[in-house]
Amino acid sequence: MLALAGLGLLLFLLPLAGLVVRAPWSQVGPALVAPATLTALALSLFCSVAATGAALVLGIPLALVLARTTGTLRAVLRALTTLPMVLPPVVGGVALLLAFGRRGLVGSLLYQAFGLQIPFTTTAAVLAETFVAMPFLVIAVEGGLRALDHRYEEAARALGAKGWMVFARVTLPLLRPAIFSGAVLCWARALGEFGATITFAGNFPGRTQTVPLAVYVALETQPDGAIALSLILLVVSLAILAGMRDRWLGAL
Amino acid sequence: MIRRTLGTVTLLLIAACGGTQTNSNLPAATSITVFAAASLQPAFDKIGAQLQTKQNMTVTFSYAGTQTLTSQLTQGAQADVFASADTAHMTTLQTAGLVAGTPKPFAHNRLEIAVERGNPKNIHTLADLSRPGLVVVLADPSVPAGKYAQQALAKAGVTVHPASFETQVTGVLSKVALGEADAGIVYVSDIVTSGKVDGIAIPDNQNVIADYPIARLNGAQNKNAADAFIAYVLSPDGQSILAGAGFEKV
Repeated sequence: MLALAGLGLLLFLLPLAGLVVRAPWSQVGPALVAPATLTALALSLFCSVAATGAALVLGIPLALVLARTTGTLRAVLRALTTLPMVLPPVVGGVALLLAFGRRGLVGSLLYQAFGLQIPFTTTAAVLAETFVAMPFLVIAVEGGLRALDHRYEEAARALGAKGWMVFARVTLPLLRPAIFSGAVLCWARALGEFGATITFAGNFPGRTQTVPLAVYVALETQPDGAIALSLILLVVSLAILAGMRDRWLGAL
Repeated sequence: MIRRTLGTVTLLLIAACGGTQTNSNLPAATSITVFAAASLQPAFDKIGAQLQTKQNMTVTFSYAGTQTLTSQLTQGAQADVFASADTAHMTTLQTAGLVAGTPKPFAHNRLEIAVERGNPKNIHTLADLSRPGLVVVLADPSVPAGKYAQQALAKAGVTVHPASFETQVTGVLSKVALGEADAGIVYVSDIVTSGKVDGIAIPDNQNVIADYPIARLNGAQNKNAADAFIAYVLSPDGQSILAGAGFEKV
């Protein structure tokens, strides 16, 4: 049992060790402050924060609805909202193109009415990240809602609080740990998004080339830069997971 | 469990022996792995099918951008044959001591502008690609097709503001085919085999001719089969398949 556990741990640790050992440390500094790196980092930061914001605005109501449904409807809704978690991101990107591209279901209307084209824009990168990352938030908040002690809400209602007041003053504060853990996981997933972004948003420095895309492109031409960027993502992801307390992850 | 495994192994051995006996008119079954540039897929898939029936050779292909295959091979990936979309990456592998013998050129490919069916945006020259409001997609300069596209644009003295630098030439093609991009620069062979886009020829003085070299790798498990594969690609049969896929003969 212990041997297998050790083997499992090694499977995770060896690739990380490879990255750290093979990193050209003397060149990590210069690669970090290179304009191309900073552009990709800034764009990644912007897109992942925007995607998390969108996920909070849309995902919390979605979780509320999900937590109140039962039976077949719940199973269907749950499957639909969690689909992006298991769908290959490239497939998600193709689906986004077919929906929001200028020949897509919705995108064609936008293009004809306003001349708006979503693919190849930063909006597309944010949309792709939201699509892939929002399920993490929805699942976390839904879990929090199901574990909630509803007697607090009933007490507030008994004391005369109306629907919105109960939600804002009682439900939301009680959900804070779940929302926080969901938002952090959602942000981390958005930060690492690659497949849906490159398929739907394309690859252009400063507009849609986020850090994972920059790593992929740099791997062919300047491996040192790619390893430096990979190290940043590694450190950020580790910091997030290490900083999260058990009970927040437990909300999943 | 063990007994069942042994049984399966025995069955497989019997099947393997039976296989060679019944197919005694064909050469003994062989299998090789070929790393080939993404643009070669339509032609090489056909060549693979012919070798299977004619020479009882099973060819497993790994198609990707030439630059991706090159870094996989330098990192120790196992393959018998490498077919590259440019000489630069083949040279990289030669320098790394991974190539056996001298690479042989087996095909040429030239660039063409891919546009939507019917050319709704009236694109006729490379200069048209700089028109404002046009969505143009190119391959990344780290990809051979992207490097060639930059060379062609430089020859034509045209500056293009692309919407995206795709990491594979097939990405350029699919964005145009889906109607998300108005134009892109790809290989003639891509347009011939895609059938979903129209091609606008680029004049010779602005065009770039891509040379495709092929070579056996030092790590080849089956040298004879690898050489047989290369010989077939260079044979009249192989060359006519490549010509059908839009490549030019050497």
